[in-house]
Amino acid sequence: MSAPGGEPLLRVEDLRVEFPTEDGVVHAVDGVTYQVHRAGTLGIVGESGSGKTVCSLTTLGLTRPQGARVSGQIVFEGRDLVTLSDEQMRAIRGNEIAMIFQDPLSSLHPLFRVGSQLIEAIRAHRDVSKTAARERAIELLGLVGIPDPRRRVDEYPHEFSGGMRQRAMIAMALANDPKLLIADEPTTALDVTVQAQILALLARLQRELGMAIVIITHDLGVVAEMADDIAVMYAGRIVETASARLLFDGPEHPYTWGLLKSIPRLSGGREEELVPIPGTPPSLIRRPSGCHFHPRCPYAQPAHARIDPQLEAIADQPSHHVACLLDGDTRRRVWAQLRKGATPEQARTSAGLAAPDLAAARAKASA
Amino acid sequence: MSTTEPLVRVRGLVKHFPIRRGVIFQRRIGAVRAVDGVDFEVRRSETLGLVGETGCGKSTTARLITRLLEPTSGGIDFDGRDISHLKRAALKAVRREVQMIFQDPYSSLNPRKTIGSAIGDPFAIHGLLKGRAERKREVQRLMETVGLNPEHYNRYPHEFSGGQRQRIGVARALALEPKLLIADEPVSALDVSIQAQVLNLLRDLQRRLGLTIVFIAHDLSVVRHMCDRVAVMYLGKIVEIGAGEDLYRFPRHPYTGALLAAVPQADPARHGEQRRVLGGDVPSPAYPPAACRFHTRCPKAQALCSQQEPQLEDKGSGTLVACHYPLSPEEVEQMGVRSAR
Repeated sequence: MSAPGGEPLLRVEDLRVEFPTEDGVVHAVDGVTYQVHRAGTLGIVGESGSGKTVCSLTTLGLTRPQGARVSGQIVFEGRDLVTLSDEQMRAIRGNEIAMIFQDPLSSLHPLFRVGSQLIEAIRAHRDVSKTAARERAIELLGLVGIPDPRRRVDEYPHEFSGGMRQRAMIAMALANDPKLLIADEPTTALDVTVQAQILALLARLQRELGMAIVIITHDLGVVAEMADDIAVMYAGRIVETASARLLFDGPEHPYTWGLLKSIPRLSGGREEELVPIPGTPPSLIRRPSGCHFHPRCPYAQPAHARIDPQLEAIADQPSHHVACLLDGDTRRRVWAQLRKGATPEQARTSAGLAAPDLAAARAKASA
Repeated sequence: MSTTEPLVRVRGLVKHFPIRRGVIFQRRIGAVRAVDGVDFEVRRSETLGLVGETGCGKSTTARLITRLLEPTSGGIDFDGRDISHLKRAALKAVRREVQMIFQDPYSSLNPRKTIGSAIGDPFAIHGLLKGRAERKREVQRLMETVGLNPEHYNRYPHEFSGGQRQRIGVARALALEPKLLIADEPVSALDVSIQAQVLNLLRDLQRRLGLTIVFIAHDLSVVRHMCDRVAVMYLGKIVEIGAGEDLYRFPRHPYTGALLAAVPQADPARHGEQRRVLGGDVPSPAYPPAACRFHTRCPKAQALCSQQEPQLEDKGSGTLVACHYPLSPEEVEQMGVRSAR
C-alpha cells in the first residue's frame, strides 16, 4: 500500500481470531496484516463469512465477550490493542476509534430520544455539563446534515427516516472527534439515492475532520468510489491488496477476477454475460487445504491443494500484494483474456494451464 | 387469443391501506397510498423490470398482480381476463399460471419439509401428477433444470446454501409451467458471487422456456442486465417506462436520472468523480405531495409541478415519461449518469 511516510495510524499484524464452538474451532480471521494511514480510507471487501467484520470488531475489542482467541498485533498510535484491558479498551472505543453499523435502527435505542443517546456518548468520554453536551449534540446533528437539528434532537429514532438514522449514528460516532472511523456496511440497508447521500457525507467529513476510515462492504462499487486502498478478503485471509486504481486496473487474484466478472454493470450491454464463481464459500471450521480458494478456482493446479500461498508483493508493483500460486506472467495473460470477455475456460487454455479437476477438489473439500 | 395481446394489462391500479385509530371502534383516519393509479402492460415473453426505492409500491404492485392483495380500484387483465376481484375458487386457476419467487430463500422454505415435497407440493395443491413415482420424476427433472443435484430430493432446506435455496424457489415456481413469473428482489439477499449464478439461471430459463417475468429490484445494474423494459416507480406512481436501452441511455425523468447517477460503479476511472446527489428523503406515501409527487425533491421543479399532475407521455426519446420539464442530454451529462456514456 502507498505509504505517505511515518507510522500508520493503525497497523494490524498477523491477526488471528478463533472462536471455539461445539462443532470445532471457527478460524474467522487467519493471519491478516494491513495498515490504515492517517486521514486515509481502506476498503475491506469480501462476502459473508470472509472475516471482514470480525477483523474490525476485534480492533474494538468487541469479540472478547464471545470468547474469541486473539493473537497477533493491532497497533493503534503505538499501543497494542490486543494486550489492553477491557477498561482501557472502553476508553478508546467510541472516543479515538468509533464504529457505525449496517442497520441504524437496531443500533439506536428505541425508547430514548436521539439527543439523549448522543449526550450519553459525549459524556461517556468527556467531563462536560449536560447543557454543553446538548449543544454539542445539536452541532453534530447539523454537521451530518440533519435539517432543523434543534427540534430534531428531541425526537425518537422511529421519527427519523432510514437515512437520517444513519446520519444520527454517524453523528454519535463523531461525538468525540475519533481519529479512526470503522464503517461496517454503512449503506447496505439504504436506498440508492440515500446511499449516495451517506457516502458523500462520509467523504466530506473525512476531508473536514481529517479522520481515517475503514469501510467494510461487499459492494465493489462502494469501495471503488470511497477507498484509497483496498483489501480483498476470502475465508479469513486477505488474498489481494492494492490501491483502488491498481486493483481495478490490473487485479491479480482469481477471486478478485471472479467478483469483478460476476457483477452486472450499469453501462454494460445486455449481451455481456455474467461469469459466476462456481460453488460456495467454504466452512471456516473445515477449510480447504492449501489455497483456500482452490476448490472454486478455475485455474487451480494440483499443487495448489497442498501449498499455502503467502501474501507477496508482485514483481514491478511493490504496493500491490497478492496471495496466489500462479506465476505473475500467467496471471497477467489470464486477466488480459478475461478483460476482453473470454470465459475462464478460454483464458485458461490460452495461458497454457491444465484444467483443474474441480469436482474432485470440491468433493475433497466437503468430505 | 392472439399472441400479440399483452399477457398482463394493468389499468388505473390503486391500492390504499387504511390507517386506523382506536381499539374497539376503529376510525379510519387516512390511507397509505401504496399504489396510486398505475397503467402498464407486460408483453408475452418479455422481462419487465420494476424499480424504485422503499415505499414506491413496486412490491405491492407485484402482490396485486398475483392477487395476494385485492385492488382498491382499477383493473388487472391476465391473459385477456379481468382478475382484479376474483374470489377464492376462481383465483386458484389463476394462481397456477402466475408464480412468485421471493427475496429471502431462508424464510420462504418450510424447514420441516424435504425439498422434494417443497417443489412437489404445487402438484398436490392442484391435483396433478397423482402417482408418487411420476411426481418424483417430475420434481427431479425440475431440480436438474435449475442446476440442483436430483439425488438431493430427500434433503432438508438447512442442508442447502442461500444460492441453492433460491434455486429451490425457482424450481417450485416453475413446477406448474406458469405463464408469468414474478421475482421480487430474487438476488438481494445473496452474496455477490452467488447472485450471478441465480441471475444467469433466470436469464437462461427465460430464453429457453420463453417465460414472461416481472422482475422487481432496487439494484439498477441488475435490472439493466435482466430486463427488456423497465418501469421506474416513485410514491405509488410510474414516472417513466420504456425499453431498458432507451431509459438507461437517455433518462428523461429527473428521478430516473438521479437514481442512475447514484449507483456506485466498480470503475477506477470514475474514482472520486463528482456527481449530483439527490437531497432529502422519500415523503410518506400516506401524505404524498400534490400534483407531481417528485416536485419536493426535484432540482428542475417549477410552479406548474405543484399545481398540475404530469401524465405519462412520449417526449421523443422512446420512453414514456410523466414530467413537465424532462431532462435534456446536457443535464443527463451534468448529473453524472454513467449509463449514458
